[in-house]
Amino acid sequence: MSLRNRVAALVTVLIVAVAGAGAYVWKVRRDQARTVAAAPPVPPGADLATVRAQPHLVFRSTALGAGYGKVAVVPLTAPDGPRTLTPASCERVYATAADAICLSAERGLVTTYQARLLGPSWTTVRDLPLTGIPSRARLSRDGTLAATTTFVFGDSYANPGQFSTRTVVARVDGEVVGDIEKFTLTVDGRVVTASDKNLWGVTFLDDDRFYATAASGARTWLVEGSLSARTVTALHGDVECPSLSPDRTRVAFKKHGDLPAGKWRLAVYDLRTGAETLLAETRSVDDQVEWLDDRTVVYGLPRETAGTASSDVWRVPADGTGEPQLLIHDAWSPAVVRGEEGS
Amino acid sequence: MYVTIRDRPADGIGPTAGKVSATVLLLGTVSLLTDVSSEMVASVLPLYLTATVGLSPVAYGFLDGVYQGVSAFLRIAGGYAGDRGGQPKWVAVVGYGASAISRIAMLAATGFAAITAVVTADRLGKGLRTAPRDALIAEASDPAMLGRAFGVHRALDTIGAALGPLVAFALLWSVPGSYDSIFVVSFAFAVVGVAVLVLFVPNLRTTAPSTRTGLRRVLREVGGRRLRRPLIAAGVLGLLTVGDGFLYLALQERDDVAAVYFPLLYVGTNIAYLALAVPMGRLADRFGRARVLVAGHGALLACYLLGALPSGGPGLTLAVLLLLGVFYAATDGVLPALVSPLVPAETRGSGIAAAQTVVVLARFASSLTFGVLWAVRGPAVSLLLFAALLAVAIPVAAWLLRGAEASR
Repeated sequence: MSLRNRVAALVTVLIVAVAGAGAYVWKVRRDQARTVAAAPPVPPGADLATVRAQPHLVFRSTALGAGYGKVAVVPLTAPDGPRTLTPASCERVYATAADAICLSAERGLVTTYQARLLGPSWTTVRDLPLTGIPSRARLSRDGTLAATTTFVFGDSYANPGQFSTRTVVARVDGEVVGDIEKFTLTVDGRVVTASDKNLWGVTFLDDDRFYATAASGARTWLVEGSLSARTVTALHGDVECPSLSPDRTRVAFKKHGDLPAGKWRLAVYDLRTGAETLLAETRSVDDQVEWLDDRTVVYGLPRETAGTASSDVWRVPADGTGEPQLLIHDAWSPAVVRGEEGS
Repeated sequence: MYVTIRDRPADGIGPTAGKVSATVLLLGTVSLLTDVSSEMVASVLPLYLTATVGLSPVAYGFLDGVYQGVSAFLRIAGGYAGDRGGQPKWVAVVGYGASAISRIAMLAATGFAAITAVVTADRLGKGLRTAPRDALIAEASDPAMLGRAFGVHRALDTIGAALGPLVAFALLWSVPGSYDSIFVVSFAFAVVGVAVLVLFVPNLRTTAPSTRTGLRRVLREVGGRRLRRPLIAAGVLGLLTVGDGFLYLALQERDDVAAVYFPLLYVGTNIAYLALAVPMGRLADRFGRARVLVAGHGALLACYLLGALPSGGPGLTLAVLLLLGVFYAATDGVLPALVSPLVPAETRGSGIAAAQTVVVLARFASSLTFGVLWAVRGPAVSLLLFAALLAVAIPVAAWLLRGAEASR
């Protein structure tokens, strides 16, 4: 081929590539804009203070439009009704009556992430230590302890993509209690020191004790930990992202079982009897579930329609009966605030 | 500390004047476009897998380690395939093509198995193309300017790697949550890269059309006297090269600055690498490639020592990033420049592949060892131990490499 023909061929490829990719992105943009335009306007809810004064749900609103990514609040009595948007934007949020923890992304040359503690007016009170891609965030019941889990990945020219988690517990006044990965992990009476040890998904029992996931090799466990003793001890196998029930007798979690890789099933483990109950939700849930009350759990699920970035919050009974029901449209990362609770 | 490397690279031909060949610039452009494409996807992949697909990152990391091994062996296959047909270009085309196709396949891949397969196809493509491409660079370059040629190629490659995340996040800003758009645009970049390769990179033949380089010939050359000592040296140094991920983790363990700006550490190293790739290549051409390669490991040794200090700060963190950039600039492109003249043109791809594979596998073994050591003894003691071993290995490697450049 002559140089002229080759240049012509390259220009053709270039035009097709630019036009093709450009058209694709343009179409996605147009579809997104249409969805926004076609979506019924989100009726604004009551003012924040009113909603916050009653038992309510806090979540990330994923309805396309101006409020996308904003934290929203709805009363427990009308979860899918009008939502009240807060000024905060978070990838993941968790809240108590006192305060909220917000994981957010700053996109740029490299994306960095922040964990911020938000006060009653939803403005930043304090930045909490955070490294990597945020995955889970929880506050203790009295709102004095915060736990964040992030994925830290050490890239390298020789062996990229090594992933590990980092889970840090801090007091909301800023004092770091510790990286629980450094706590002593005991499984069946033996201390696990493997370098692939990972811990994530904290749920607090009180000001000292907590539950979390521990993993090493291909195995995961429910662990009970103590912040003062700096120990975590395995209670039960195949448990990820536990969440303690309001009456503190059970943990809801996601279980891998013999499902295909990357799929999980929701289950509940009774801390007193050791009994495990599979829930009626059969779709794969990758979320740290939240308890609506002592009988019901709620969780986020990505919408299965192709091309949407949206997700919904669902509810299912915690005893294995019934069937999942949609709780909130266009929502993610739910937190239930039932009002004043003993700590 | 260093044993003098007596032998100098070809004196006489002044390594000062002259430009890098157009083929090297073209191959650099191909790498730039391909790296924009691959880094676009790589920078959003963790988010995509965890936020949209719901994959366990721990499982992903584990699988990734396994496939690194596969990629390393395919590198030898790629080098050999290029040598056997005497047409490394077309083997490189297959490698770049496989990675390009893997981008568009991401659109359809939703399950864990499918995504693993797609990511693997990308890695296999990378494994396949590297050695024949480096053989082409060597073939197209003045032997006295090999270090510079590889430096220019690696610098262009790094520019692509730096642009990729920018493009990806500009896109995500424009079309929120549309990972599909990222895969489509990434595919477009990769296709243009392959087109530049196919249309403009000359099909440099490394052998006469009639001869076929047999496996026995390749084995004789690769295992032969001239390559044996450099391969052992590269292996010994590789065994003491801790993945930079571990160094970053060590920095952030002691240092709040490093912890908060953790993702920026890679950028820092990349900038240093980008700035130094060409100067280091020229330095290698002038003062000896073996010498620069060995001295680069001195910079790595300094990184270990700085990383092992009980407390850090922004200055020390920056110093480590700079030294790490020096290390990559003094080794990544210099190694093929060192190895290329040691093997005849007909087996050059295999020779380069052998050296790179030895390094990759040795570094993989090193990271596994270091990970275990870290868990038992903590970062500081582990780094000091590796530093002590590297301090012994550097003069040994210098001794092993002392004849490497004389026999050219």
